[in-house]
Amino acid sequence: MDATAGHGHEIDLKKHVRTYLLVFGSLMVLTLVTVGLKYLHLPTVPAILVALAIALVKGSLVACYFMHLISERKLILILMLATVFFFFGVLLGPTLTELNEINPIH
Amino acid sequence: MSTAAIPYTVDARPDTGLNNVKLGIWLFLASEVMLFGSLFAGYILLRTGNPAWGAGSELLSIPLATLNTVVLITSSVTMVMAWVAAMERNLGKFRLFMGSTVALGAVFMVVKGFEYAAKFEHHHPPAYSTFMACYFTFTGLHALHVFAGMAVNFYFGFPGAKMMQTDPQQFANRVETAGLFWHFVDLVWIFLFPVLYLLNFGPPAAH
Repeated sequence: MDATAGHGHEIDLKKHVRTYLLVFGSLMVLTLVTVGLKYLHLPTVPAILVALAIALVKGSLVACYFMHLISERKLILILMLATVFFFFGVLLGPTLTELNEINPIH
Repeated sequence: MSTAAIPYTVDARPDTGLNNVKLGIWLFLASEVMLFGSLFAGYILLRTGNPAWGAGSELLSIPLATLNTVVLITSSVTMVMAWVAAMERNLGKFRLFMGSTVALGAVFMVVKGFEYAAKFEHHHPPAYSTFMACYFTFTGLHALHVFAGMAVNFYFGFPGAKMMQTDPQQFANRVETAGLFWHFVDLVWIFLFPVLYLLNFGPPAAH
């Protein structure tokens, strides 16, 4: 994302601004959709899956475009992939290992 | 006697392909992902392990949380526009966008303050239920991050903006780094919003 001053650089930044505004619009629409779905009173499992899928899309838009992850160096991508791996380990590990102890399934 | 100092370089290092500040902030954000990840893990475990989970989302205000979502997303856009202005070395535009980012952060905190006040007024403090304890822990930790981001953004936007004249590239890198933290705070809220406000179904209503 380092850039040097110059004409090409200005065009590049203008392109960035257009992308940011498009992402902003998409995030707003997705926010309205996710709130609207709440009032459709979907059954629990589809409601959770749809809301989390929308949150995942919104989060990816923020990470890819506002945080420039889409054009970032490989080292950062490797770091974030490792983080995502450990994040899911932390997120699901305790539930998957302990749930049967707390609330036995017969 | 000489002291060893690591010189600040704005250029990417040949071995990492990155400048140090960017690698540093991403490592920090990785640790932040684990911090919030452990809280989410605790929440899932408490929720799935408790068949008698009480009222949840119905105790919270969806309109206020939706407003805060819109405010925080807008502040992410103003933050990234501040970075564009820093790259263009346009101090007036930079201050306008950075000031807007700080102001939107303040709006978020004020709305959150009203929400918290309403919870106590309606006798729903953290001790009311496991859900309310989780709600206050999540949103309190998130609000601390918003406050920290506001303080850093205010510094770069106003007293620290002098650097735009003396070392514009280093300054733009600093703004990008502050932006990465701010966007991360926005990203956490994007997940907190559905998890706390939209998906926390209570037990089936007794008829």
